[in-house]
Amino acid sequence: HHYIGATWHVLKIELYEMGWNLKDGLRECLVAAAPYGGPISLLKGHNRRSPSARPQLEIYSSSGLPLASFPWKSGVVKQLGWTVSDDLLCVQEDGTVLVYDLLGGFKRHFSMGNEVSQSQVLETKIFHSPYGTGVAILTGALRFTLATNIDDIKLRRLPEVPGLQGAPSCWAVLTQDRQSKVLVANGSHLFILDNTACTPVTPPGLSPQASSIVHMCVSFSYKYLALLTDSGHVWMGTSNLKEKLSEVDTKIKTPPKQMAWCRRPKSQQPSAVVMWDGLLIVVGECKETIQYHLDDDSILVPELDGVRIISGTHHELLQEVPGACEEIFKIASMAPGALLLEAHKEYEKESQKADEYLREIKEQSLLSEAVRQCVEAAGHEHEPETQKTLLRAASFGKCFLSNFPPEQFVSMCRDLRVLNAVRDYTVGIPLTHTQFKQMTVQVLIDRLVYRKLYPLAIEICRYLKTPEYQGVSRVLKHWACYKVQQKEESDEVIAKAVSVKLADAAGIFYSEIATKAYESGRTELAIKLLEFEPRSGEQVPLLLKMKKSPLALSKAIESGDTDLVYTVVMYLKNELNRGDFFMMLRNQPVALSLYKQFCKHQEQDTLKDLFNQDDDHEELGNLYVKASYKEQRLEARIALLQSAVDEYYKAKNEFSAKTTEDEMRLLRFQRKLEEEKGELLVGFSLHDTMTTLLSVGLHKHAEQLYKDFRVPDKRFWWLKLKSLAEKEDWEELEKFGKSKKSPIGYLPFVEVCIKHHNKYEAKKYVSKVTPEQKVKAHLAVGDMEGAAEAAIERRNESEISTVLSRCSATTDHLLMERLNRAKATAVKK
Amino acid sequence: ICFALLCHRTKLILILECQATKTCRKYVDLATNTDNANVKVLIDPKQFSRNEANGIIIIDKLQPRDFHILFVPRRSLLCEQRLKEKGVLNSFTNIDEYILDLIPYDGDLLSMESESSFRECYLENDQTSLYHAAKGLMTLQALYGTIPQIFGKGECARHVANMMLRMKREFAGSQTQILPVFDTLLLLDRNVDLLTPLATQLTYEGLIDEIFGITNGYVKLPPEKFAQKKQGEGGKELPTEPKKLQLNSAEELYAEIRDKNFNAVGAALSKKAKIISAAFEERHNAKTVGEIKQFVSQLPHMQAARSSLANHTSIAELIKDITTSEDFFDSLTVEQEFMTGVDTDKVSTYIEDCIAQKDPLIKILRLVCMQSVCNNGLKQKVLDYYKKEILQTYGYKHILTLKNLERVGLLKPQSTMRNNYPTIRKTLKLWMEDANEQNPNDISYVYSGYAPLSVRLTQVLARPGWRSIEEVLKMLPGPHFEERQQVPTGLHKKRQPGENRTILVFFLGGVTYAEIAALRFLSNMEDSGTEYIIAATKLINGTSWIKSLMDSPEENLP
Repeated sequence: HHYIGATWHVLKIELYEMGWNLKDGLRECLVAAAPYGGPISLLKGHNRRSPSARPQLEIYSSSGLPLASFPWKSGVVKQLGWTVSDDLLCVQEDGTVLVYDLLGGFKRHFSMGNEVSQSQVLETKIFHSPYGTGVAILTGALRFTLATNIDDIKLRRLPEVPGLQGAPSCWAVLTQDRQSKVLVANGSHLFILDNTACTPVTPPGLSPQASSIVHMCVSFSYKYLALLTDSGHVWMGTSNLKEKLSEVDTKIKTPPKQMAWCRRPKSQQPSAVVMWDGLLIVVGECKETIQYHLDDDSILVPELDGVRIISGTHHELLQEVPGACEEIFKIASMAPGALLLEAHKEYEKESQKADEYLREIKEQSLLSEAVRQCVEAAGHEHEPETQKTLLRAASFGKCFLSNFPPEQFVSMCRDLRVLNAVRDYTVGIPLTHTQFKQMTVQVLIDRLVYRKLYPLAIEICRYLKTPEYQGVSRVLKHWACYKVQQKEESDEVIAKAVSVKLADAAGIFYSEIATKAYESGRTELAIKLLEFEPRSGEQVPLLLKMKKSPLALSKAIESGDTDLVYTVVMYLKNELNRGDFFMMLRNQPVALSLYKQFCKHQEQDTLKDLFNQDDDHEELGNLYVKASYKEQRLEARIALLQSAVDEYYKAKNEFSAKTTEDEMRLLRFQRKLEEEKGELLVGFSLHDTMTTLLSVGLHKHAEQLYKDFRVPDKRFWWLKLKSLAEKEDWEELEKFGKSKKSPIGYLPFVEVCIKHHNKYEAKKYVSKVTPEQKVKAHLAVGDMEGAAEAAIERRNESEISTVLSRCSATTDHLLMERLNRAKATAVKK
Repeated sequence: ICFALLCHRTKLILILECQATKTCRKYVDLATNTDNANVKVLIDPKQFSRNEANGIIIIDKLQPRDFHILFVPRRSLLCEQRLKEKGVLNSFTNIDEYILDLIPYDGDLLSMESESSFRECYLENDQTSLYHAAKGLMTLQALYGTIPQIFGKGECARHVANMMLRMKREFAGSQTQILPVFDTLLLLDRNVDLLTPLATQLTYEGLIDEIFGITNGYVKLPPEKFAQKKQGEGGKELPTEPKKLQLNSAEELYAEIRDKNFNAVGAALSKKAKIISAAFEERHNAKTVGEIKQFVSQLPHMQAARSSLANHTSIAELIKDITTSEDFFDSLTVEQEFMTGVDTDKVSTYIEDCIAQKDPLIKILRLVCMQSVCNNGLKQKVLDYYKKEILQTYGYKHILTLKNLERVGLLKPQSTMRNNYPTIRKTLKLWMEDANEQNPNDISYVYSGYAPLSVRLTQVLARPGWRSIEEVLKMLPGPHFEERQQVPTGLHKKRQPGENRTILVFFLGGVTYAEIAALRFLSNMEDSGTEYIIAATKLINGTSWIKSLMDSPEENLP
């Protein structure tokens, strides 16, 4: 360990000796290194324009192992940068941004807009926010254009900076209030640019000696800001410029090459790193600075919890010393963790001092604290040996504790095994434990997958027991997507390999793999792979894309998702000629009936064709009937009904045919009568027509309908009875009642008369009522005596009770006695 | 077109559906009256494709500022395509879906509120609603665990079960580890039991629905009976707006009486009245400050109970006016004759008379269908006679409706097969001679004698099992089946002695309030050992059901 500084501790450790072999180091190179121990890209000779000596783009892992290398054939690159998903962005002078994956494969390109391409790119910064990776550009016209998320590009042109003559002395992008803003320094003036305004700001307590801000940097979390002035002072404060944390004089007045924050999350100390040629200065809260000599051209890579320094030969990490490590490793430390480590050392030596140390910790009841310290410190250590020493000490301490929760220890052991594996030189992802926790296993797995390190990724998933769905299956899917693009192997071999490897994995989406295969021009392979897809719904879009429509249709039907069936049907409708389309539907009844539903609402004519094709005369008939009601003109309506009749006969549906003929007959009759008598009739039902005719006294015509349409006697009698009563044509009613024996009996006569409040007429029919209905009839006209008489005569208990219930105790006293007596005998019987 | 606006009210989500013009106007009002114009419009894709033209034009005219579409229950390609054709798709800031498969209506009741589900499945061969049902059941399983046992009867049930099993396969590996809440799922096709919805429901809630119609948990009642009766304020004008009441188990009294036979409601109400007035009398006994304080603290609850009692007394009076009428009695008598198999094979004089007097068409259709179902089809002569009578009386345009009823099996000519309804009735004890309406001991109380077939099937499944009625099951349409779903190890439910089994009964094609009452009765039976949760594509009654099957073209003649 190299611990430096007296009052505050910064630690610089070597991560890798670089595996690359760079002749000129990093000189004359555009360099970009991705945070979280990501890949490094180099563009050598990026200003060269002659075709004979093209610049070379190279991509390396953090340990300097080559991942890709190719000559740069596009335009002049102003800036390289990495996205959050390990894609390389190359921003060209004309504002075009080219996107490559980390193995050098070209993915896509996009433009930063006309304005940028016209006035050219002056400077570029690539930044990360919760919304993704963004690109900010300062154009030749001294205006800023910004895209917050390159996956969903919405270009924003920021307002003008007042008084800006040439390029600003420095600028930075920050994310505040869910918005990306640009902080610009023009001489000693500082401005914040957001979507709508350019606001001048003043950092509180900035040293008055400064006449210009020459450099600035924002912390990883966008919370803190550091400014370097031409007087050599570093001002550190919050990025909202509300609070100053510290100001330190570096005593160097030349502009630096780079500046970065070097601060742990939750640290009390502000600290930043400033780099000049050959010199690195760490500034913090106190006046004192820490200085390092640099042998070689280097770049600084800001991280969540420190700064990485990459030179032509080495890769180092500069960090504030973590609290736990400091407590334990400080010389002559009496912290519980330090004592526990000491105790364990003595124990290994089989010395009794172990007991003394232990007792000292236990007396202060700090043993659990000691264990925690050791575990935490282990997490911050990069050397496996040191990690092991600390964890062994922790494990030793744990033995003397009852009920100490094991989770922290167990998960730290697991995490460290994973971290050591990915930090390995051959993998080259130098993550710290803090970074790992922030980035999550999910993302780490993704990064391994991008590097095609499938076996390691799967091993980590299994080791960490990540649910298959998010872990192993996902890796295997990526593997398969890669596999299907390998041109040298045959379809059969690949399909077999994929199915064998993926057989037991849960939640594999074969459709995605098949899509990849199709995109690489391997349709046959794609079809083979789709066979393995359990979700038929997912098969459909690709099958359509590959023009396998019959298969797509049956898969859509299989899924049960009718919307999906419609998708295919509509697609087929546009793709195929009508005959083929109908033919295909004919073989798929589910699709056919859905399409019929669609036609019913949208395309009536098509519906007719469909029914014709199937010789479905019944449905054709129905269709004509429906259409007939939409017709305004009677002739047209009758013509349509005639077509319906023809169809119904073809369908051998005599009833429907006859009924429809009746309908036509009625319409004609109504029309004729309308013309002759001026009575509105068309559209009435037969029943209503007769009622109307009777009510206006056209009895003969009503009779004619009654005969022509063979209306049952009963209904006609009811109808006539009600119509006559309605008209209060009692004379006619009486005549009608006597015309022949009523098929509905005479109780209705009684009831209808009563309904029209004519008791006198009602009584005329009581005597004609059948014996069963006599009681009811008498009651209807309010003749209690008659009712009682009839009931007693019939010796019907329930009828007697009914009459009784209607009697009033005051007026019908005698009657009630008689009824009760009769009831008693009726019951006896 | 149906723009449904969603409101959340305590436990219920209500969907207010309106007629095309009315809602469009509402939509416009909302859009113009709301200043921030951030109105969410929920479009039911199904309704949308039905007659989208109106809706589109309205949207077009609106010049939307910040509009969102949420498709309910799912995004629909057809609907989007139509919006695109009309060039308004891009006018929407957001196009999304609000996945609303199963809407909780009460503590034990879920409905998809899919109006035309039965019509689509059995008439139009469009199984979209079944797909949504399967999706809804998957969501339910994601929340409450895999249901280990699935039983079903009917074609649609089979289809839903198949989709569920397929979906489960498709999402293998992603299922959540939840202890199953439901032991069994029973899927029942409505067409297995066509009879029950045709019969007049005789429970309190059932009658409210039959007479006034319950829509989305609300009922609109004639206002006369609800006039504020305050002393000394005579001559006050009667309210003219219908009285709107919310009906669910949150109301203590309603929960108590909703599932009773109507004949037992009067007694329950007067008992309640006594309790409430006794509670109010308590104030005279309250002597100490503490007692008075306690009395006062209970006042709001008591006042709510009193107004609830007043409301239900008024409703009961309204219903009683109808149930004591001769018409109601005659019609019920005929229904019960059909259900007991009396004279089902010849033309019914009662129906004839009703037609002759041009009673409401739906009443006629319900009765004729019931006769046909109870006779396993009518003699061709009888059927043709009814059809001719209906067409002559109500108009030839109803020929399409009659054809629809025939297609779904509600009306049919008798086949050569013998009438198996009596066998079904006897085996399943569908008719109980001495149904006890006051203190029921059997589900038949909900129809005063008729035990709903669907609920009998459910009851037999719970005990002793369907194997005992194989013969009858074969007589009913569609396959019956049993499926088992693998429950992850460690999640097998270990039932404590005395702990109830939970069965989810899903009615594909709709369920009536009386059936719900019957199932609740079974849940509450002392020795049942089974608790029932009910789900349905829609809450229906005979009238709304028949209406959904009607096809009566609007006449266009001048």
